[in-house]
Amino acid sequence: MESTTFDKGYSPGQQAWRRLLQNKAALYSMVILALIVFVCLFLVSISPWQLDDVDWDNIGTAPSFIGQHYFGTDANGRDLFVRTLQGGRISLMVGLLATAVSFIIGILYGAVAGYTGGKTDALMMRFVDILYALPFMFFVILLTVYFGRSIWLIFIAIGAVEWLTMARIVRGQSLALKRRSFVEAARVTGASHFNIIKRHIIPNTLGPVIVYATLTVPQVILFESFLSFLGLGVQEPMTSWGVLIAEGASQMESAPWMLLFPAGFLVVTLFCLNFIGDGLRDALDPKDR
Amino acid sequence: MLSYILKRIAGTLPTLFIIITIAFFMIRLAPGGPFDSEREVPPEIAENLERVYHLNDPLWQQYGYYLLNVLKGDFGPSFKYQDYSVSELIAQGFPVSIQLGLLAIILALVIGVTLGSIAALRQNKTVDYLVMTLAMTGITIPNFVMAPILVLVFAVFLGWLPAGGWGDLKHMVLPVIALSLPQIAMVARMTRASLIETMNAPYIKTAKAKGLPPRLILLRHASRATMLPIISWLGPASAAIITGSVVVEQIFGLPGIGRHFVNGALNRDYTLVMGVVIFYGVIIILMNLLVDLLYAWLDPRIRY
Repeated sequence: MESTTFDKGYSPGQQAWRRLLQNKAALYSMVILALIVFVCLFLVSISPWQLDDVDWDNIGTAPSFIGQHYFGTDANGRDLFVRTLQGGRISLMVGLLATAVSFIIGILYGAVAGYTGGKTDALMMRFVDILYALPFMFFVILLTVYFGRSIWLIFIAIGAVEWLTMARIVRGQSLALKRRSFVEAARVTGASHFNIIKRHIIPNTLGPVIVYATLTVPQVILFESFLSFLGLGVQEPMTSWGVLIAEGASQMESAPWMLLFPAGFLVVTLFCLNFIGDGLRDALDPKDR
Repeated sequence: MLSYILKRIAGTLPTLFIIITIAFFMIRLAPGGPFDSEREVPPEIAENLERVYHLNDPLWQQYGYYLLNVLKGDFGPSFKYQDYSVSELIAQGFPVSIQLGLLAIILALVIGVTLGSIAALRQNKTVDYLVMTLAMTGITIPNFVMAPILVLVFAVFLGWLPAGGWGDLKHMVLPVIALSLPQIAMVARMTRASLIETMNAPYIKTAKAKGLPPRLILLRHASRATMLPIISWLGPASAAIITGSVVVEQIFGLPGIGRHFVNGALNRDYTLVMGVVIFYGVIIILMNLLVDLLYAWLDPRIRY
C-alpha cells in the first residue's frame, strides 16, 4: 500500500474499494460473475428454443450450432443452453434472496441481543447456540417432505438457517459499540433505543456483515443445488443448476455434456463468489494483511 | 475434569430433546402424515401405527410415548417397507455409512495435515501456492459434482474402478475420495494457518534459540498447538461428511443410511425420515461432545 493513497484523502470506503480492485483474483471474479449474471438474464432469447420445448429430431444430441442447441439437448430433447441459463436464474435468485432473508433476521436479532445485554442477551444467544447444534440440513429436508416442495419454502428455510452466524457477528459488534461515546451521546440527547439501534448500531456493524453475506451466497446456492440434486428442491417445469446436474449425473455415460455445462456454470460461480468474499474481507479488514 | 464432562453431557440433553420434539410436532402438522386419520394406509401399517403411537390417546400422552420409544431406540415401523422397522433399516445401513465416514475422516486428516504442513513450512513458495489453489478447488467443487466427474473419469473413461455398488475395497475408493476431498482441502487450509501461527509463537522461538533440531521442534513442540483447530474441525466435519454421504451413497448406489434417507424423503416415508434425522442428530451431537472433551484434555489453557 503506497502512502500516497492516504495523502489525497480517501474515505475508508474508497480505500477499501481500491484495495479490492488491486486484488487480481477478486477483480477477475467480479468480471466473470457479472458476465455469468448477464448471460443468464439476457441471453436466453438468442436461442430459438423455450424452456420446455421438445425437439423430437434431437433427443440427447451433443452440442452443435447447426441445430442451434449450443449446449446440446437432454434425454427429453429439451435445449440445454436455455435450461442452463434458466436454471442459473433460479440458483442465483435463491442465493440472493435467501441471503437477504438471513441478513435481515441476523442483523435485527444480533443488534437487539447485543444492545440490550444482560439476561435477555444471554437467553437470546443461548437459543442461537441450541439451534446451531441442530442438523439443519435435515430439518430442511423434513420440511420439504412434510409440506411439499415449493421454492418459497426453500428460500425461507435456507434464510432461517443462515442467520445464526450473522446474528453472532452482529451481536459481538453491538456489545462493543454500545459502550462507545457516540452511542452514549445519542442516548443523552434523548434518542430512543429503537433509533439508536437503527441509526448507530446497525450501520456500524455492516462491514463484517457484508463480508459474511458475500460468503453466504455461494453456500446458499450450494445448499439449494444439494436439495435439488436429491430431488427435493426446485420442481419441474422450473429448473436449477442442482436439478440439471442431477439429470446430467444420471446420463453422464451417454451424454456427458448434460453434466459438464451446468456443473461448469455452478463451479465457476461458486469460485467467483468465494474469491470476491475473500477479497472483500481483506479489503475491509486491512489488519489481516 | 469429571464435573466438566458431566456438565458437557448435561448440556447436550436439551439439544437432543429439542430435535425429538421438533420432529414429533412437525410430523403431526404434516398433511397426510402418519397421524392423519384421513390418510388411507394398508391395514397392517395402520395397526402398527396404532400400537406404537396410541393414536386414540390425548396429544401429550402420544408425545410421551413417542419420547419413550425414541429413548429406547425404537423409531416405529416404516411406512413403505411393511416388513421392517425404521430401527432395522438404520441398523442395516449403518455399517456401510460408518465405514465410508471414518475412512473419509482418516484420509482427510492424514493427507490434509501433510499438505497443510508442507505448505506452511514453504510459506509463499510455489508449493504453498499450489497446495492452496488445490485446497480452494477442493472446497469450491461440491460433492455432487465431484462424484459424477470421478465416475466419468475413473470408471467410464479409464475403467479402473467400478462406478457403483458395494462389496470389496475397490468399491470404496471413489466414494471415499469424493467424500473426503472437500475435507482434505479444509484440513490443509486450517493446518497451514495454524502451523504458521504456532511457528511464530515465543515458545517455538525459544526452542529454536536453544538449538533444537527443526524436526524435534515440529513434532514435539508445535504439533500439539497446531492440532487444536483441527480437533475442533472434527465436529462440523462429521456433520459435513454425513450430509455428503447422503449424496455420495445416492450417486454410487451404496446401501447406507443416506440412501434410505433420500428414498424415504422422496417416498414420503415419514417415520423413516424422522428416524434418520434423529439418528444423525445424535451422532452429530455426540461428535461435538467428543470434540469438546478432547479439546479440554489437549489444551491446558481451557478451564473446566
